[in-house]
Amino acid sequence: MESKLELPVLRRSSKGHGQGWLLRLPGILYLTLMIVVPLLVIIQDGLREGIAELIHQITLPIARHAILLTLWTSALMTIINAVMGLMTAFVLVRFEFPGKRVLNAIVDLPLAIPTLVTGVMLVMLYGPQETLGNFLANQIGFEVIFAPPGIVISLLFISFPFVVRNIQPVLQELDRTQELAASTLGAGSWKTFWKIVFPALILPLTSGSLMSFSRAIGEFGAVVIVAGNIPLKTQTAAVYTLGAVESENRLGASAVSLLLTSIAFLILITANAIQKYRGRKNAAD
Amino acid sequence: MPFKNIGGEKMQQIKKGWGRWVLIFLVLGYMGFLILAPITALVKGAFENGLMPVLRVITSPVFLQSLALSLKIAIIVVILQIFFGTSIAWVIVRQEFVGKPLLNGLIDIPFSISPVVVGYMLLMMFGRNGYLFPIMEKLGIKVAFAVPGMFLATLFVSLPFMIREMIPVIKNLDRKQEFAAQTLGASQWKVFWRVIFPQIKHGMIYGLTLTLARALGEFGAVLVIGGGVQGRTETTTLYIFRCLDERRYIEAYTASIFLGSFSVLIVFLADWFKRRQIRQHRNDNGFVG
Repeated sequence: MESKLELPVLRRSSKGHGQGWLLRLPGILYLTLMIVVPLLVIIQDGLREGIAELIHQITLPIARHAILLTLWTSALMTIINAVMGLMTAFVLVRFEFPGKRVLNAIVDLPLAIPTLVTGVMLVMLYGPQETLGNFLANQIGFEVIFAPPGIVISLLFISFPFVVRNIQPVLQELDRTQELAASTLGAGSWKTFWKIVFPALILPLTSGSLMSFSRAIGEFGAVVIVAGNIPLKTQTAAVYTLGAVESENRLGASAVSLLLTSIAFLILITANAIQKYRGRKNAAD
Repeated sequence: MPFKNIGGEKMQQIKKGWGRWVLIFLVLGYMGFLILAPITALVKGAFENGLMPVLRVITSPVFLQSLALSLKIAIIVVILQIFFGTSIAWVIVRQEFVGKPLLNGLIDIPFSISPVVVGYMLLMMFGRNGYLFPIMEKLGIKVAFAVPGMFLATLFVSLPFMIREMIPVIKNLDRKQEFAAQTLGASQWKVFWRVIFPQIKHGMIYGLTLTLARALGEFGAVLVIGGGVQGRTETTTLYIFRCLDERRYIEAYTASIFLGSFSVLIVFLADWFKRRQIRQHRNDNGFVG
């Protein structure tokens, strides 16, 4: 009887050996051809003239400005996104109010809207001919379009879901007995949040923020429309790369591409490591 | 019995302070300013001169031609991703092999590489001075500045969506049913179609809509590899970009609103179907239990 019960399991594992390869091979081949080969090409081309040439290319004034602009606007976006994303996730999980379900659905909108369309929308809202854009530029002196604030706003738009959706499930599954204990012992809700809820959210907050940063440094569609393509002013690294490709500046294009890809890669690895650590910690708990 | 409710009441009291409403209004205000205001501006701008100009744009041959190309590329991409996405997700969940973490890590790479860099990588492989250019020339296939290159670029950027959507779906499969079917002598093919497919169907639909939306909206990579030649390599996003460049704003806004609402609509419909499926599933289980 016993052996009969275990039969299906045995059959599965033995089948896994024979037919596993049949399924695995095309998949591995597909990923290798699609991802590994292009990556190797970019690494090879970026380093073709040696490290010194690579450094020279990325420190040329226009390239350096584009890279620094990309990094600081992405960093600023990441900070704002972390704060607002945390707040949004908290409100969506812990509070009940009319329209909550609609609000929850709106969080995903930026994932569905093409980034080029995002750029068009922002120009229509903040452009110099529009009411709001005109008011901000002339009354307050705050230029959004063709200026760094426009870059930050478009990056905020496209990366809004990352932090919220990373924190939401963790917050939902958080054991509330500790919070309850703290509040019965007289801790205020502010103190309860910082001492008990926030520490549990640090890991998902960090990995979500890192993901939005790595997404932001490569962003092109929204930024090229909103910021334009003004060298030494609003040209980001991705837009610089496009210019270099179009003017057949292969060294410049390869160098900046390799830099952008390496930064994104490092951040992605860190974010994945954090998520894995979180998984292991949860399993241990 | 009274203990049961103490926790809930206490939490309710805490949440009833004014701080709660400040937080809610901050979030509402932020999302309104960041997401809803730009969408409203686009809708308002596109319909500024009434419905007629909008209709004229979406029935114009140039727009329709670009839409046809976008759809053609996107649909082939979606079909390939359904097949490869599902099988790769299956391999990652069900099989153990050397290098699996590496494979798992590879999948997310397209998420974080700039679309411009994606186009450039393809250009370096298939362009005039590209590594694979001689082979492709012998075969008579033009990849750079042609549709095949744009297709490869779209394939690259949309690669993770299907796999990432299918991994949790396959993980949550009820394996008892599979075993039961196998013990009753069903072939693997039959087990897949009769037992597994009905369970993963909705996840697949959701994954394919995400892929479709991403493919239709791709811009940077197809711009670099395709060049955006009107009538030949111009997708809808490239059409919008050209219209903006030529200051033909009505065309740009109309095409933007069309593309944006189409993408949002399909993703939300798929999401709705998925939720309904989950709810039904719960109800079914509830009845059985």
